[in-house]
Formats: sequence, C-alpha cells, structure tokens
Amino acid sequence: MSKMYKISKERLDELYAAVSAVKSLYLPVRSGENQSEFKKWSDQSDVCLDSLNTVKSAKELFFPQSENLISFKVSGKDIELVEDRDPSEPFVLFGVRACDAKSFSILDSVFLSDPVDTFYKSRRENGTVVTLACRAPEETCFCGTFGIDASDPAGGDVKTWLTDTELYWEAVSEKGEELTKLLTGILSEADADADTKAVDDLKKNTKEILARLPLADLKLDYFSGDRLNEKLNDVFYAPQWQELYKSCLGCGTCTFVCPTCQCYDIRDFDTGHGIKRFRCWDSCMYSDFTKMAHGNPRTSQLERFRQRFMHKLVYYPANNGGEYSCVGCGRCLAKCPVSMNIVKVIKAFGGEKA
Amino acid sequence: MQRINDDVLNKCRDLIENGTCDRVLAWEEGEFCYDVTPAVFTGDTLGKMIYDDFCAANQSKYLIDESHKEGRIAALLKPCDTYSFNQLLKENRIKRENVYVLGVPCDGKIDAEKARGLGIKGILGAEIDGDTVAFETIYGKKTCSKKDVLHEKCLSCKGKKHMIFDELTDPEKEPETAVPENGTSRFDGVSKLENMTAEERFRFWRGELSRCIRCNACRNVCPACSCRQCVFDNPASGVSSKANTNDFEENLYHIIRAFHVAGRCTDCGECTRVCPENIPLHLLNRKFIKDINELYGEYQAGYDTALDAPLTSYTKQDAEPGIVHERGVR
Amino acid sequence: MNNDVLIPQIGIVTDIRTDTPDVKTFRVNAPKGGKCFEHMPGQCAMLSMPGVGEAMFSITSSPTNREFMEFSIKRCGGFTEWLHQIEVGQAVTIRGPYGHAFPVDTALKGRDLLFIAGGIGLAPLRSVIDYCLARRSDYGKIDIVYGSRSADDLVDIDEIRNVWMNAENVDVHLTIDRPQEGWEGHVGFVPAYVKELNFDTDKTALLCGPPIMIKFTLASLQEMGYDKTQVYTTMELRMKCGVGKCGRCNIGSKYVCKDGPVFRCDQLDELPNEY
Repeated sequence: MSKMYKISKERLDELYAAVSAVKSLYLPVRSGENQSEFKKWSDQSDVCLDSLNTVKSAKELFFPQSENLISFKVSGKDIELVEDRDPSEPFVLFGVRACDAKSFSILDSVFLSDPVDTFYKSRRENGTVVTLACRAPEETCFCGTFGIDASDPAGGDVKTWLTDTELYWEAVSEKGEELTKLLTGILSEADADADTKAVDDLKKNTKEILARLPLADLKLDYFSGDRLNEKLNDVFYAPQWQELYKSCLGCGTCTFVCPTCQCYDIRDFDTGHGIKRFRCWDSCMYSDFTKMAHGNPRTSQLERFRQRFMHKLVYYPANNGGEYSCVGCGRCLAKCPVSMNIVKVIKAFGGEKA
Repeated sequence: MQRINDDVLNKCRDLIENGTCDRVLAWEEGEFCYDVTPAVFTGDTLGKMIYDDFCAANQSKYLIDESHKEGRIAALLKPCDTYSFNQLLKENRIKRENVYVLGVPCDGKIDAEKARGLGIKGILGAEIDGDTVAFETIYGKKTCSKKDVLHEKCLSCKGKKHMIFDELTDPEKEPETAVPENGTSRFDGVSKLENMTAEERFRFWRGELSRCIRCNACRNVCPACSCRQCVFDNPASGVSSKANTNDFEENLYHIIRAFHVAGRCTDCGECTRVCPENIPLHLLNRKFIKDINELYGEYQAGYDTALDAPLTSYTKQDAEPGIVHERGVR
Repeated sequence: MNNDVLIPQIGIVTDIRTDTPDVKTFRVNAPKGGKCFEHMPGQCAMLSMPGVGEAMFSITSSPTNREFMEFSIKRCGGFTEWLHQIEVGQAVTIRGPYGHAFPVDTALKGRDLLFIAGGIGLAPLRSVIDYCLARRSDYGKIDIVYGSRSADDLVDIDEIRNVWMNAENVDVHLTIDRPQEGWEGHVGFVPAYVKELNFDTDKTALLCGPPIMIKFTLASLQEMGYDKTQVYTTMELRMKCGVGKCGRCNIGSKYVCKDGPVFRCDQLDELPNEY
C-alpha cells in the first residue's frame, strides 16, 4: 500500500489551483438548478463534491459527446484530407465516484480492443483519474450488484476520501504517484493511526449504508450462463419485453446520462469552408439508429428498448467474460422522464434476492 | 401508504365491468414512492393501478396511439392534462369516441429532484399531510413544505378545473372556473426575462441552453410535438442532427421547437419536468403565449376546441410584422 | 495524418460500368495507381463522399485482381444516388477491409461449390467466384445459380457469359422472375429453381440476395438434404464504424461488420431473428 496523504477541506481550493497549474483539472461543478457536471476548474468554479451523480457521467472526458475526426476539402472531383483531430492534453479528472471509475474499464473493452480507437486511447493516456469514495449513497444506487465498492473505489490512479474536515489521498498507480509528487507542497503526510482510522471509519460507515440500500439485493442471476450464449434467444423472445417498453418515449436520456453507453454515429457537417467529419453519441432508442436506405431491422420501440437492455445485460457480457455493461450508478433511475429503467427490467426477469 | 383513492379505483373497475371501457390509462408503482410510470391496465391488472401526488406525467400524448387501437380506453386526466387533450382533439390526433376521460382531481405533484435539492437524500417513501411532506429516507425522516417540492408546472398551475371530461371522480372538488393557483402570475418569469437587456437575455439563454444534451426528451414528451417524423430526425431535411455541429445548434433546436408549438402549446410544463439538465424550457413557450395574449388577445390553447387559434386564423386587426421590430428593441 | 481506423484514404474512380438500369460497377484505384488495400473475398469497405454520406459495400472484385478493386452498387437512395451520377476521375474516400471473408482457403478448399445469388446479391459472391476461378485446381465442381427480376437486371452479364460459362467444370444456371421477350433461359424464382436443379448434397453452398430470397432458398436447400453447416451467407445492416464499436449492426451479440458479414447459417440460429 502506498503512503496516505491529506489536506484539510478548507484548503481544497489550493489543491485545485496546484493541480490546475500543471494540468487541466476537471471536477464536478454546479450546473443548473441542483445539478452538477464535470467541468474544467477555474477559481470561479462552484465545486460540489457532495453531489453523487453528475448529470452526464465522467465518460465524457474520454468519449466526448461530439468530436472531430477529420476534415475534407472538396474541389471539383478532388478530395483532400485535412487533419482536424481535437487536441488531447494531459488532464486530471477529480471526484470520480466508484461507479463511473468502473465504467472506464467497460469502455476500455470496447475502444481499446483491436482495432484500437486512437481518439479514445489518447485521452485515456492523458487522463489521471482521482476517485472519491462515497459517503452518502442514494436510494437509486446499486453499484454493489456489479461488485463495485463505493467506499473504496477501484479503477483510478488516486483514491480519495472526504470526511467532514479532511480529504485523504492515496496514489494507487504510477500516474497517481506522479501527480502526488507534483503536490508535495500541498498535501501533508497522513498520520498512521488517527488518519487511517478516520478513513477506515468512513469506509465502514459507507459499507453499512450500502448494505441497507433498497436495491442492495438486486441480483442478475437470470442474465448468466447459457442465457448469454446458446439460450440467448430465451431472453430475446421473453414475454416481459411486450410490457416493459410500453411507456418508453423513445428519447435518448437514459443513453446520454449512462456511463457505459458507447454507441456512436459518424456524420459530416458542411461548414461552408469544407466538410467536418465528426463522431457523436448515438442512442439505440432513436428510430433512425438502424435505418438503412432499403429497410430497418428494428421498426418498433419494443425492439429498440429491448436492444438497449439486451446489450447491457446479455450481449456485452457474452462478449466480455460475463461482465455487464452497467455500473449501478442510478442515473437512468433518476432521469428517465417516465421512470423506466434497468432496475425495473432486471426485476421483471426475477432479479430479486434468491 | 395508500397509492390510489378507492373511489377512483372503483370507478375504473365499474367502467370495465359495465363495458364502457376495456382498459385504463393510469400509473404503475415503481421502486420508490416517486418513480411511477404511465401504464395501461385491464380488468386483470387494475389492482396495480395507482394515482397519487407523484403521478405528474401528462398522459394525453399516449392517447394518440391508444385511441387508435380497438376498444375504448378510460384515461385518468388531471386538469392540466385536459388542455393537451383538447388541443390534440382540435388537431385531429385523438379519436374522441375511443377515450373515456375520467377527470381526476390534482393537489399538485411532487418532484423528487427538488426534494434532493433541499438535501433530502435517499428517498424511500413519503406521507403527505396537507402542506407537509414527510419523506422516509435512508437517512431518517425528513419533512418539508409541499410547495417547496412541487414541480414547476404545478407552481404555475392554470387552475383545478377540467377543460373536458366524460366523468369526474370527485365532482364536489371541481371548481366553477379555472383560477390560477398560488397567487402569482405564471408570466412572472417571462416578464423578468423581458426586463433584461438583450445582452443579458442572450447570456441567460446561452447559459441554460448550452447544457442541452440533445436527448430529445422535451420533444418526445411534448403533446404538441406529435409529428410522425420530426424534421430533426429526418435525414432528408438537412437539419437532422444528434450532436451540435456548432455551439449554437442546440439553441436553435429549442428555438425552432418553440416556434413550431407556438399557439398550440398549452403550457403543460412537461418539457421542463423531463429535462435531465433542468433547463427551464417552459420559459420559451410561455414567452410565446404571453406575446400571443398581448398581440391577439387572451388565448389559452386547449381551453375550448371551438375557438379559433390566433396564429392560424386571419383577422384585419392582426398585428403587422413591424411589431416584431418595435417590441424587439428595449 | 493520424492513422485511426475511422480515418479513410482517398480512392479514385477509374471506370464506371452500367450493369443494369439501377446497378453500376465502380472501379477504384489508389491515387498513385494500384489498389488502396488488399482484401479477401466477402470482405467489405466503407466508401464515402464527404458531405454526402458513408456506407459499407462488399468488394465485388477478387483479391486475385492485382490492379484495382470493384464495387457493384445498386441505386437505392442517399449516397448510392450520388455515386450513380458521378463521372470517371471522381475521388471518393475508402477505408477497410472489414469483416470476415468466406473461408476460401479453409472450409471451401477442395469442395464442390454451389453459388446462389439473387439480384445485387451477386456482388459479394462474384469476388469468391473469381477467386475460385483464378485458383481453379483448388476447388471441385462449381455451380452458379443466379436470378433476377428480369434479363436486364442480371449484373455484369458479359462476364457471366464470356468468362464463367466458358470456365472449366463450371455450370451457370440463370433464371428471371417473369417471362420476357428474347429470353430463352429458365423462368422462375431462385428458391424453386434450386430445388428443380436437384443438386447432390455433397456441396458447400454460398448464398446471397434479398432477405426473403435467402430465407426461402435456405428452406429449399434444407428440403434437399443440406445441413445449415453447409451453407454460408453474407449479411448487411446499417454500419458506421466497421470495427464492432459503434453498436448498430449487431444481431444478438454478434456484429455484422466484425463477426460477419459472412456467417455459416447454423451460426445464425443462435441469434435473434433481427435482420
């Protein structure tokens, strides 16, 4: 275990400034009424570390909602390729909760598998992730279902815990050690006994809350074994879908707030001075998602709704060693305009405690 | 907590048993008290039906599809929903004979997100007693005033009178006229924007609209947005887009949508209710409503299907286009 | 220039052949001549015109052709509409190759082959047929059943008549849907014609055409005693990335662009019928 450091809560602005002096710092900032988003820090930023879920997840820092791939100059019959990649610079992503931190590995399986998506990869390499343990989970949280420990987040470069008075800091990777080194004047070494106890108490308290969350017993047993492979059609053709999709508005809210949704579209935009080819988030809930010039394999909202959940609970695990494409962050529970969500789907397939 | 009034449930059961209807559009319970989902119930499933202070969704848009199915559906419509229902009737989008409008009373609907904003976290259940809401949470019991957690659309309620119904579940509660609730004008927010300088107003909207993530929830929930294929989804339109190709595009999306629903928007407030980014979209629509009132005389879309809509009927007294310029400079 | 898989290269259309009223075959070369990249029969490429559209097409020419690539493309809206009005010399963008090829060097080697195509469905099979003809001794008897709506809709009939029909140990069976003046060949739908021809079952079949034709032809083959493991087909769904990441061309847990487009028919049984 690496050395633990700390900084008092009142001095967090100094920490932000020190990080910012070396690299761009992104962290949860007040945005709209009662909301937060990951934004670049400035000394004007209204940082809110107490917010559990930002509206959009932290995936946006690695897989932005829209990004330029390339530009083209077209003249007569000729086309010229013009390099137009959005530059990626070293940055620190601070205040990432355990669920979002886990989502990065789920996105990695898609974007870093052969052939590597170099746009994503360069951001991943440039990013140093500082996680923040949860203290006050919401009723919508169910990260435990996916084996995620919100009191001790994995998947980042530095782990932090925020008590009433201190932020505790522990590097857990080489990148994390490097960042810690840059902050030696700001962070002070934690006390082996008292501070370790403070962190342990926080973890213990969080764990106790996690255990009694209303969704703590949510189980995914149905979506396992043969149903991920040869019996996949049993899930696909299950009668539950006929009811579940019915109130779905076909909007993209669930998709766009989801930390693991990664489907994208590639489009061209005529700027008047050339063509920009950009990549943007797409939603399988949208009616044109699979539409081709000569037909559409998914013409109804039932099919589109089913696709989203089959992808998360069956197709993705089938291709990724049984790992689900959900981290239990609860954003879709909080944000769906008609309160349809993955928990209701899991429960419709018997996802309660055995 | 009882989640439906016995009278309402019995009424629905009667309607099915006596053959008036074969199904009911109401709400289904969720995991917690607030995450209710619009759902259609039959005689067998009526037991799962609920209607309480968390059932905020405007059900009228579902009736476009439901009224074109076989049989007749009973729809639990709140007073505000009936404006949308009327407007959809006027636009020939709902088959009236296939819907039995059951007017249900409304005491204002609770927004769990507002409760979270007050620091009430981990909401499991709620008991409502007059103006007090007692939330049961993971972190113990928390109480607050109901008006502090009402949806925006309820804070600017047009009144508790149903504009159309086949039957009311509580006729005694039905007021004679639609009187706005809460004493404040629903146009206060618009007036505030009008009193800003053009630059301030621009900054305000840029701040709000730049948060848009183009999820289309506002459009998909909107009863006035009932086009079979929206121009923004049509690849042949040249304006279809899933992303903002420049930093003003999402602004235009909302402005164009507001123009398109102008004169037809009943101010049901669903756009603001569903926006994941909490953008006060209703302010755009309400500005149009206020302007229409000022330029063409008081008009409320969905009030009466027989009334001529000011933007689709011509009179010699209509405002001249020059008014735009005059009103624009302040 | 960055080298991400999503970034295309430039290709020049060096020849355009009108095959049928709605099918043209486009020859594509690298700007300096030669091919833009190598491929195997059944693989696809993303062609695009910036600002117009990008779409996936199967590569019609055989990899044994060392000089150029060809794409037979039916006009059906959007980008294909644009392609059908361009002239020789037009630049396009191209990236690929994508997907799995037909197993020409493994499962198909040494086998008697039965190619069955409907309409523009000949395009992906042409690559395989020409590959097999170029390495004739690697394969057994070759039968080609090809049908279309009318005689005018048979794609690249010249090559069929002049090359395939004269090739060693190759039988070509043409059919059109309805009788037509001047047509002396077979009339009738492909699935029925396949049954009529009563092939022995010791062959490997390669099947491509409209979904409905594939469905009924597969049924015909099964009635004749073919097992689904003997039949290969190639799929088409909407694609954006071509590398199994954008998430739209999946059939169940398989991505057509990456795990397909060539599937052995028994592999499709385990997948939802969503195509």
